[in-house]
Amino acid sequence: MTSPAPAAPGLKPFAAMLRREFAGYFRTPLAYVFLAVFNAFAVSLAFFVGGLYESGVASLDRFFLYHPWLWAFLAPAAGARLWAEERRQGTLELLLTWPITVWQAALGKFLAAWLFLACALLMTLPVAFTVGWLGDPDWGVILSGYAGSLLCAGACLGVAAVASALTRSQVIAFVTGFLACFLLVLVGYGVFDELLAGAFGSAGIDEIRRLGLWRNLEPFTLGLVDARPVAYFLSVAFAGLGLSTIIVERR
Amino acid sequence: MPLIEAQNLSKSYGALRAVRDVSFSVDRGEVVGFLGPNGAGKSTTMKMLTGHLRADAGAARIAGFDVADDAVRAKQHLGYSPEGAPAYGEMTVREFLRFAADLRGLAEPGESVRRTLALCRLEEVAAQGIDTLSKGYRMRVGFAQAVLHDPEVLILDEPTDGLDPNQKHEVRRILKDMAARKAVIVSTHILEEVGELCTRVIVIAKGEVRCDESRDQFLARGADLNAVFRQLTA
Repeated sequence: MTSPAPAAPGLKPFAAMLRREFAGYFRTPLAYVFLAVFNAFAVSLAFFVGGLYESGVASLDRFFLYHPWLWAFLAPAAGARLWAEERRQGTLELLLTWPITVWQAALGKFLAAWLFLACALLMTLPVAFTVGWLGDPDWGVILSGYAGSLLCAGACLGVAAVASALTRSQVIAFVTGFLACFLLVLVGYGVFDELLAGAFGSAGIDEIRRLGLWRNLEPFTLGLVDARPVAYFLSVAFAGLGLSTIIVERR
Repeated sequence: MPLIEAQNLSKSYGALRAVRDVSFSVDRGEVVGFLGPNGAGKSTTMKMLTGHLRADAGAARIAGFDVADDAVRAKQHLGYSPEGAPAYGEMTVREFLRFAADLRGLAEPGESVRRTLALCRLEEVAAQGIDTLSKGYRMRVGFAQAVLHDPEVLILDEPTDGLDPNQKHEVRRILKDMAARKAVIVSTHILEEVGELCTRVIVIAKGEVRCDESRDQFLARGADLNAVFRQLTA
């Protein structure tokens, strides 16, 4: 007997990868801790710090205001395992000798993680419904806010993927990923203006700020879906995905 | 056409030349015992054959497909168990094998998993998390994922390492049963394994092939295999 000629694998390896990685989040209690922490922070920041209720405005802009901070912290937490765990367990060697390209594997992992972050975001929908119950919000604006937040999560995940590809320690992957995302959040805030003005001149500040997460998310929370911020978030996400893949391939 | 071909493979780690100009080929029906001291370049050679490491020079082919240029097709014909038999510890044995079957795009993944569980005598632990298994079972899980798709080429890095005598016997029995249809490379430290399992021996030391001959020729070198080994690898 000879082994049967393997069929052309097509999308099967990719789909298997995506399924395993997504299910992987729920194999450990970490997923539930993550979802709980995300929700607790998302809601309490909006209500207690942002004054969503006191504002008396039926809008979620005070809710989305804190999302860059949340993603900067939680996307690296969810993304830390992407490659670091494969290295630590030695399974990277298995994966790389199975008939799947590194690109397929990387894309499957990345989309699974993004899907997981999307689940966390969807669980905050009761906030939107509460606003809908209390007032008469513009649902189109709320929808664009959610879309922006999801794109912002993807960008942070791209950064996290690179951090995870560089190490076998999930802790190091998390800390470096968080620091890099943290910088992307800070760039958008006024506190850095003086520092930036010193380095780039006052004319450059606005351009620099465009590189920050908040400046790109803000239009979404006002209901403006512009090509530029969409391109920004997707570029960061896919640049991170591409760079992490190259790092793993070249090991 | 040989099922495994190593052609002038070389690999350096910085100043250390781990593998120097290693060439050999393995045909169907052969079980090659890959012997050598620790750090001799055995694992590095296997990693280049399986496409895990890129060779600095030379080429490796599995079932005629270049592992660098035609990687996916080469890997479809390859079963490989790395040293220490790594696996996704948080999955159960069945989940892990099912994942491997799906990832390989097997036509009947459920049937392949069932057959492999039976072949490797893993049924009783199929629903257990791999992290909770004893070393013997974990090694068998590593072996199971390598034979899951009944590949023509099997490369096993120390598959009997850390097993008790009964478990070693079991792995050798399974290997012997399937050996006639495959080309197999097994690295080992256990010289007695050569007589029991292999049809051919390749000894590697300091990154070079020191001897490549049939089992009988190797066994005829002397009654004390340990002394033969020391002399060849000196």
